[in-house]
Amino acid sequence: MHELGIVFYIIRDVKAAAAENSVQRISAVVMNIGEVSTVVPEYLTDCWRWAADKEPLLKGSELKINMIPAVTQCQDCGQEYETVKYGKTCPHCGSGNTFLLKGNEVEIKEIEVPNN
Amino acid sequence: MDKVRVIEIKKSVFAENEQDANALRQELKDRGVYLLNLMSAPGSGKTTTLIKTINLLKDKLRIAVMEADIDSDVDAVKIKEATGIQSIQLHTGGMCHLDAEMTRQGLDGLDLDGVDLVILENVGNLVCPAEFDTGAARNAMILSVPEGHDKPLKYPLMFSVCDVVVINKMDVAPYFDFDLEKCKEYIAMRNPNAKVIPICAKTGEGVEAFAQWLLEQVQTLKH
Repeated sequence: MHELGIVFYIIRDVKAAAAENSVQRISAVVMNIGEVSTVVPEYLTDCWRWAADKEPLLKGSELKINMIPAVTQCQDCGQEYETVKYGKTCPHCGSGNTFLLKGNEVEIKEIEVPNN
Repeated sequence: MDKVRVIEIKKSVFAENEQDANALRQELKDRGVYLLNLMSAPGSGKTTTLIKTINLLKDKLRIAVMEADIDSDVDAVKIKEATGIQSIQLHTGGMCHLDAEMTRQGLDGLDLDGVDLVILENVGNLVCPAEFDTGAARNAMILSVPEGHDKPLKYPLMFSVCDVVVINKMDVAPYFDFDLEKCKEYIAMRNPNAKVIPICAKTGEGVEAFAQWLLEQVQTLKH
């Protein structure tokens, strides 16, 4: 249950970005969340509702989540495969000498600001 | 005209904590203070292990302890009573981990004058503390026998960030079908460089090996 802590980090970073861009109100925050980042999207949006509504800048704002599929590459045969399906063992050559290419992201992609 | 304007951020949520942690690590190094981040699941015997370790080292090093919990001060009081060293309780207020900023605040509450070693007992949890760099020089974790030898498979990140894995409650291994060799093999899969130290904090068996590792770590930092 680290989603609340992550939400506090998002709020801190978004507030800083809002100040830099002289933004008074944010309607949505878009996140890139990797499939194997250990963040549960439903918990993140629940925590967001609770915490964001306490901030005038973010009251009522939506947290949009972009899931990034996890991809692993094999260092022995060079091929890529789906991490969640095959784990650390390459399905092409059976090697365990593999590394995660993407899918570990917990990243603020962008913020949406209402035009008025 | 579009209803909304989009401002691109493209920033990892952990980026700022990593910067804070690196800055804190450097500051502590400059001051000659070695910070160990000790992690584990609740009930693995962190506090008992710490008391035994501190009592072995307190004549050689000046030690202070920070106890992080969601609530209460039972651990900080227990450490103080059993070892006589400086200890402070940090409340995370519901958070499941400590980050570098919280660690810094905790350090500010200690008198670090002449202190060689600060041990941070992180919140009991095998998931979140692994994700947040505290600024410690090294990470250690305690895995206790009743938790099972398969934990390195289930909590890969925790085992991959730790420099040393202490396996506690070895005296009850036969009752839990705990396979130490398998456990070492699983840990090596996650982190081939991790040092594994089997102990029994209750009887004190093996604690000396952990204390020795820690002593060498602190001495290396100072030179």
